[in-house]
Amino acid sequence: MANQPAIDPMHQFLIHKIVELPTFHVGKLAFDMSITNSVASMIAGAAILILFFILTARREIVPNRGQALAESLYNIIDRVLVGPIIGPEGKPYVPYIFALFLVILVLNLMSVVLAIFNVGGLELTFAVTSQLAVTATLAVLTFFSVFILGFVKHGPKFVTLFAPSGMPWPMLFFMVPIEMISYFVRPVTLAMRLFGNMLGGHVVMSLFGSFVVALGIVALSGGLATLAFIPSALSFTMIVALTGLELVVAILQAFVFAALATVYLNEVVNFGHGH
Amino acid sequence: MNPVASVVDFHTSAKLIGAGLAAMGMIGAGVGLGVLFGSYLQAAIRNPAGASSQQTMLFLGMALTETMGLFAFVVSLLILFGS
Repeated sequence: MANQPAIDPMHQFLIHKIVELPTFHVGKLAFDMSITNSVASMIAGAAILILFFILTARREIVPNRGQALAESLYNIIDRVLVGPIIGPEGKPYVPYIFALFLVILVLNLMSVVLAIFNVGGLELTFAVTSQLAVTATLAVLTFFSVFILGFVKHGPKFVTLFAPSGMPWPMLFFMVPIEMISYFVRPVTLAMRLFGNMLGGHVVMSLFGSFVVALGIVALSGGLATLAFIPSALSFTMIVALTGLELVVAILQAFVFAALATVYLNEVVNFGHGH
Repeated sequence: MNPVASVVDFHTSAKLIGAGLAAMGMIGAGVGLGVLFGSYLQAAIRNPAGASSQQTMLFLGMALTETMGLFAFVVSLLILFGS
């Protein structure tokens, strides 16, 4: 029990600098341009995405494997989400939803799949989507571009979104604040959902990982303590199962983020039809 | 700071108990997800032809239900690791 490693599941989310770069000033604002592990992971994710586009963006009638993969991913957004939810008017927004989906998907999958290489203090990947700053940026970007699009498309009458039709007017005093709160809490829930799912999954995986090591060290002390190999092995089995679950969650959360962005867009694009 | 190793004073122990209590909000999300998938399966078995068309709605409902539990989870983390 002497040199047992501390069980510290939050350590994996610490941001540290890899390459120090000079600070960059614009007026009074100072931008630290150093490359941290988070930035490095995002650059790697972007590189994977660009490589994916270069390799799979073909237009052959009989697709090869890469093109078929890319087309089936595109179909998830075009035919499963935007088509049934928004309808034909949703076509111009497919690229944005698709980009959102791919970025989140790649960053999520990187943090789960490549996490097996993060052994022995060697941190090759970093769970970018389990940083609230990143998910909040994506959520706020989506929310405000949809909100502004509403005003651009429909002008000032877009504010009637907060007043559900077909109710006696005194009820509006209660309904408008409630509707506004439930509308403006959307970016918070959007950011929190992705962040919470990825953070929770990584914490649980890291906890079981430290159980394997801690119980293994206990078992190595010999005697009756050798029995501790059993829970250690069970924890290892648990990690394998959890990795599978996390893969599903990674894909599902990217899909869910895209789906909710589509639903929010639908309110704007089909404004006045569905109410 | 390792929260588990330093349970010495009243403040820390109250913090740990509070974090545990806050995480109990996830019970509701668990029940909700069970109800959600249970009803989906019931409906899907009764009418298998219509099942696949409602899958998007299923995942949307799952996301919205899960958020409520994640709020509890985040509050619990804030109590544990916040200052």
